[in-house]
Amino acid sequence: MEGHPEDQDQSLMSRVREGTGESAYKCYQCGKCSAGCPLALEMDYPPSQILRMIQLGLPGLEEKALGSLSIWLCLACETCVARCPKEVDLPKIMDFLRQESLRRGLTHPTAKNIIKFHRAFLDPVKYTGRAFEVGLIADYKARNPISAFQDVLIAPKMFFKGKLSLAPHMIKGRGEIGRIFERAMKKESKK
Amino acid sequence: MARIGVFICHCGENIAGTVDVFKVAEAAGKFPGVVHSVEYKYMCSDPGQTMIKDAIKEKKLTGVVVAACSPRMHEPTFRRACAEAGLNPFLCEMANIREHCSWVHEKGEATTQKAIELIRIMVEKVKRNKPLYSIKVPVTKTALVLGGGIAGIQAALDIANAGHQVILVERSPSIGGHMLQLSETFPTLDCSQCILTPRMVEVAQHPKITLYTYSELESLDGFIGNFKARIRRKARGVDEKLCTGCGVCIQKCPQKKIPSEFDAGMGKRTAIYVPCPQSVPNQPVIDREHCTYYIKGKCKICEKFCERKAIRLDQQDEIIEVNVGAVVAATGFDILHSKDFPEYGYGKYPDVIDGLQFERLASASGPTLGAIKRPSDGKEPETVVFIACAGSRDDAKGIPYCSKICCMYTAKHAMLYKHKVHNGKAYVFYMDIRAGGKNYEEFVRRAIEEDGAVYLRGRVSRIYEEDGKLIVKGVDTLLGAQPVEIKADMVVLATAIVANQDAESLAQKLRVSYDPYHFLSEAHPKLRPVETNTAGIFLAGACQAPKDIPEAVAQASGAAAKVAGLFSSSELSREPVIAVVNRLPPPVFSTCTGCFLCEKACPYQAIEREEIKDRKGNVIKVVAKVNPGLCQGCGTCVALCRVKAIDLQGFTNEQVYCELMAL
Repeated sequence: MEGHPEDQDQSLMSRVREGTGESAYKCYQCGKCSAGCPLALEMDYPPSQILRMIQLGLPGLEEKALGSLSIWLCLACETCVARCPKEVDLPKIMDFLRQESLRRGLTHPTAKNIIKFHRAFLDPVKYTGRAFEVGLIADYKARNPISAFQDVLIAPKMFFKGKLSLAPHMIKGRGEIGRIFERAMKKESKK
Repeated sequence: MARIGVFICHCGENIAGTVDVFKVAEAAGKFPGVVHSVEYKYMCSDPGQTMIKDAIKEKKLTGVVVAACSPRMHEPTFRRACAEAGLNPFLCEMANIREHCSWVHEKGEATTQKAIELIRIMVEKVKRNKPLYSIKVPVTKTALVLGGGIAGIQAALDIANAGHQVILVERSPSIGGHMLQLSETFPTLDCSQCILTPRMVEVAQHPKITLYTYSELESLDGFIGNFKARIRRKARGVDEKLCTGCGVCIQKCPQKKIPSEFDAGMGKRTAIYVPCPQSVPNQPVIDREHCTYYIKGKCKICEKFCERKAIRLDQQDEIIEVNVGAVVAATGFDILHSKDFPEYGYGKYPDVIDGLQFERLASASGPTLGAIKRPSDGKEPETVVFIACAGSRDDAKGIPYCSKICCMYTAKHAMLYKHKVHNGKAYVFYMDIRAGGKNYEEFVRRAIEEDGAVYLRGRVSRIYEEDGKLIVKGVDTLLGAQPVEIKADMVVLATAIVANQDAESLAQKLRVSYDPYHFLSEAHPKLRPVETNTAGIFLAGACQAPKDIPEAVAQASGAAAKVAGLFSSSELSREPVIAVVNRLPPPVFSTCTGCFLCEKACPYQAIEREEIKDRKGNVIKVVAKVNPGLCQGCGTCVALCRVKAIDLQGFTNEQVYCELMAL
């Protein structure tokens, strides 16, 4: 696909290709991904439409895609990948779009809590090498006080079933994990 | 002493614009052996050719070099001109100073010099050319048609009506192919069997057609005009000469629950059976896999009831050999099977069926006598979903191509369903509607506008069962990719067309090439659509690519015309550019040592063994010999021969060395 028109400019399409190795041009808009997506009904634009916005690359459409709620609702369940007749790795593209959306400050207002959750999830991983549920909940609720009492009632049940340990589990190679995060952040800041 | 004539063409400005043709003519005139060197504006024109003819006669030329375009373009023209002047045409050669020189270089001294060198090479070659004569190969005027579907039937009838013998070989017990299974045909809604069965009967009764059903091609040897085919006639278990097709054996057969291949599994058949009542020939075969006699060693009920004593339970497969001059491959297609659609539950839910199964449901001669009844409970479905592109244009399933006929037959299915179930709802999920063809687009519009089929643009993601309904989860991309859910009673998949499972082995038997999807390849996609790259083997129908009935018939008639053309003379003539193993006077006979490396290397099986005998008949030596009918002149044997006993006529080692030394 050398010399493909998308390589000649720095459109979102070409950055998606650079960042993920996936070509949005492969999609012929059959809609099978939207038909099978468990979140499609909650999304502002179904997955195939997000891909279409990238394909067209017209003024305003890229921003529309990056500012959509859909990219934050994608669960990466990969039903679309399993069904796609053109083998487009849509979750991979969605993941890239989320990063791009943050980078350009275009995130959908409703996505704020989702981003907070992402951060609360990653912080313990960075320091302990594992997800730490109690820390995650505490951190998330601190970042998002409105949700302080959300799901509180199921906590005791989970605790007695041994699902919530009070101390985080530390893995051996924490230094390496830390370095992975460092390198990723450095790469990110270069962009 | 050689007397060579050199003729330099300007090709208008094509050559003269870049190459100094006058200088070239002057230089060529000074080459040793050249007695005549001229240039002219258009050598291929009538006056140009006359110049060559006159020079051959006046200057008594022994060889001609035409410096002009590619030999692909005009070599036959100039060789014909030489032949008309009485010079053996193979003493004429072309130096390509257009494609190899003037077109690819700038104007200048070096370009002119290259043209001179190209001519010098050819002059050296022509000096060593020997008169050659076209090879005559006799033609057996019998055609072998493989496959008795509509394409094979059409080809067989056309060839036979042109007055030639035809052997038609069909694998299944009856001819008719997939077309016999169809209910109606698009875009006219003609009854498929009504238009096909008269043709089938015509084949059976035609004096020039020999029909072998329940038979397969075992192997094919030989070459254009002279093929030898071995055909396996599978044991029918019934004496065709005695059987009258009364059908008593079928009525009495105790095995009655075998899924019928003809009904695509929608109906049942017995162990001794004919595929359908319209079968040609209307004589049954015994399916040994399901017959009680072959499983348990006793039964023989059919034998007991047959009044004609035609049952032959001990019959064996028989191999017959036939000589034919041409082969038409019309072996048809298959459809993608259930294992490939886990997301649609095809093969899991009985009411998810394929297009061929729907044809059998809609057919007046089918298991439901034309009533649309769903397979699970025999109820009339109130909502039917048709899914186009099921497997086609799907890289993930390994089928990137369009199956071509599904758009049309899906429209037809929706229409037939609405005609039979007036209150029913027909939904069609499609991606694009490809209705290129006479009256095709109008037909699809009719399904939508007059018959009320609802078309939704989008692909179905999944089908699952809930409360006795099939939930079809799709999307309508025209409505902003809105998810759509339809509760259906029956789903019909327009499954992709694929090549037959044994298409690859057939291609290898015929030595024709095939594409990555095992469809047989034509010789040229545009200009030679019915030929293959093996001379004398032609293609018809869907074995070449997915196609509908009118196209298959047109291609079959095209293939038949090619066969009739081939059979129009009793001899074929081919270029004598072939390998020859030398023969010398006794006591050497040939420098061939009989190692037969060439025999193994030859891709065309053209090397034979010849015994050289003395007068008493004692074998002195066994040497290689090239069969001129099979040899394609590739030169592999020449390169391999350790004693240089083989040479390529017209391109001998000596000639090639002299060309190189001339530089």
